[in-house]
Amino acid sequence: MAEMRTETMTVNMGPQHPSTHGVLRLILELDGETIKSARPTIGYLHTGIEKTAEQKKWQQVIPLVERMDYLGAQSNSLAYVLSVEKLLGLEMPERVQDIRVLLAELQRLASHLVWLGTHAMEIGAVSMLFYALRERELLMNINELVAGFRFFPSYFRVGGLRDDLPRGFHEAVTAFLDRFPAKLDEYEGLLTKNDMFRRRTEGVGVITQEDAFAWGLVGPVSRAAGSDYDVRKYFPYLTYANYDFEVSTAKEGDVFARYRTRIREMRESWKICSQAITRISPTGAWACDDTRVVPPPKDKVYTEMEALIQHFLIYSQGFTVPAGESYVPIEGPRGEHGVYIVSDGTNRPWRVKMRPPSFMAIQALPKIIEGGMIADVIAVIGSTDVVMGDCDR
Amino acid sequence: MPGASFEAGKSVDFTTIYVPADRLVETARALRDTPSLRFNVIIEVTAVDYLPRAPRFEVVYHLLSVPNRQRIRLKVRAAEGDLIPTIQEIWPGAGWPEREVYDMFGIIFANHPDLRRILTPDDWEGHPARKDYPVQIRKAVQTYEPLEVSEEEFTANLERDRVRRQVK
Repeated sequence: MAEMRTETMTVNMGPQHPSTHGVLRLILELDGETIKSARPTIGYLHTGIEKTAEQKKWQQVIPLVERMDYLGAQSNSLAYVLSVEKLLGLEMPERVQDIRVLLAELQRLASHLVWLGTHAMEIGAVSMLFYALRERELLMNINELVAGFRFFPSYFRVGGLRDDLPRGFHEAVTAFLDRFPAKLDEYEGLLTKNDMFRRRTEGVGVITQEDAFAWGLVGPVSRAAGSDYDVRKYFPYLTYANYDFEVSTAKEGDVFARYRTRIREMRESWKICSQAITRISPTGAWACDDTRVVPPPKDKVYTEMEALIQHFLIYSQGFTVPAGESYVPIEGPRGEHGVYIVSDGTNRPWRVKMRPPSFMAIQALPKIIEGGMIADVIAVIGSTDVVMGDCDR
Repeated sequence: MPGASFEAGKSVDFTTIYVPADRLVETARALRDTPSLRFNVIIEVTAVDYLPRAPRFEVVYHLLSVPNRQRIRLKVRAAEGDLIPTIQEIWPGAGWPEREVYDMFGIIFANHPDLRRILTPDDWEGHPARKDYPVQIRKAVQTYEPLEVSEEEFTANLERDRVRRQVK
């Protein structure tokens, strides 16, 4: 019998592939259907946001950072805003913090819904996308109501919020919250006990908790591997300490565990939202009273000289931030989002650096998929929930 | 740690220490392995360019200890052309962030197994996040020719940026 000749095959996946969540290129070395090695190539969406931010005034950076992780836009700006406020030493009124909590959690729901729809679609449950985007549409409508923008509201500002809540906000949020739990059951009915979905996801793409930490994966990926690390519990920011919710975890560390973690996280987010909406009064303080940062009310601008000067200064030169540096982490939809800012005491940042969870997730991708099957690559990429805008910035 | 001197830095959020570059690896290992510290997560590696201060760069490491609920910031001062040891052997997740720092700032990490550009293309010239990298050059768009900047334009741009920053 002639000796069988085997050789490995190199396959290029991407950059333009519908299931790479943006433009990610993977060079896979295959032995049959088994992956011998994987090399991710990134940078196709690099737009130099961090460098651009150094040319902008402090307040002007907010729309820029929202465009990094475009599915979790308000978590980016929340981290940035908290970081600047830490350097300024500002304290927010409780109502502002509660509104921020509510909007951040709604943003998490919106981001997880896109993840759920695309992840299930890539594995083969195509109709899931339409169900998930149906509910996300309501969240986009809430964004539009609040700020006039659906994707990038830029509603969080240094010093508070852009404006007070609009009329009809409570009704819109309550209508969504009333509807959502039944819909979540509907999603679970489609997937959690679906034999095909489970066979594609159980035991696939396993990563242990120690490995997840050493590779910098803090967020749903490490929580699916047994950790209970959640920034909202470990380093409470805003008013999260006053809310009753649990950290959702799983033990197995595979794709299915990540699915269950995120689904439960949505239920917990719903709990937080329901508590927040009862605490927020329809009208009230929507910014702090620090005149360095927040422009004076319009009636004073028209009647008082000092207020007019202050108004003019804030809108022409912006405000200055004391020299120093700060890093504030928050729990974003894909893990620990953090913004590291350095100020030299002027009206523009000296350095703005986003801590990108997707960047770390793609770095660890070879570690998770090597030795697995080629068909599982899609399931693993979907389960880490990477957004290339966040990765490449 | 025997024979090492550390300098505390000012900070508004959590502990910051300056580490000499030749002590970085053993400091990092001690931070990870000492039972009372156990900094098991690498959060990020980044750098800041403090031109015209000398040495101009500071490499910044953010670490997290999940068991102890603590954060720490390590800083290493670096001049142009200094070699910083890689900490990839301690936290494998430091590999790509170090590549990004090399790409954006041109800081070289010694013993890094794969120190290539990561966000910009392989044939990119210069390191974009440096403060003397031109961003605000005003020129007509040249689609088919590489951007060429003369020495005078370069300094004029830097000067314009400096003046703009002084407006408070």
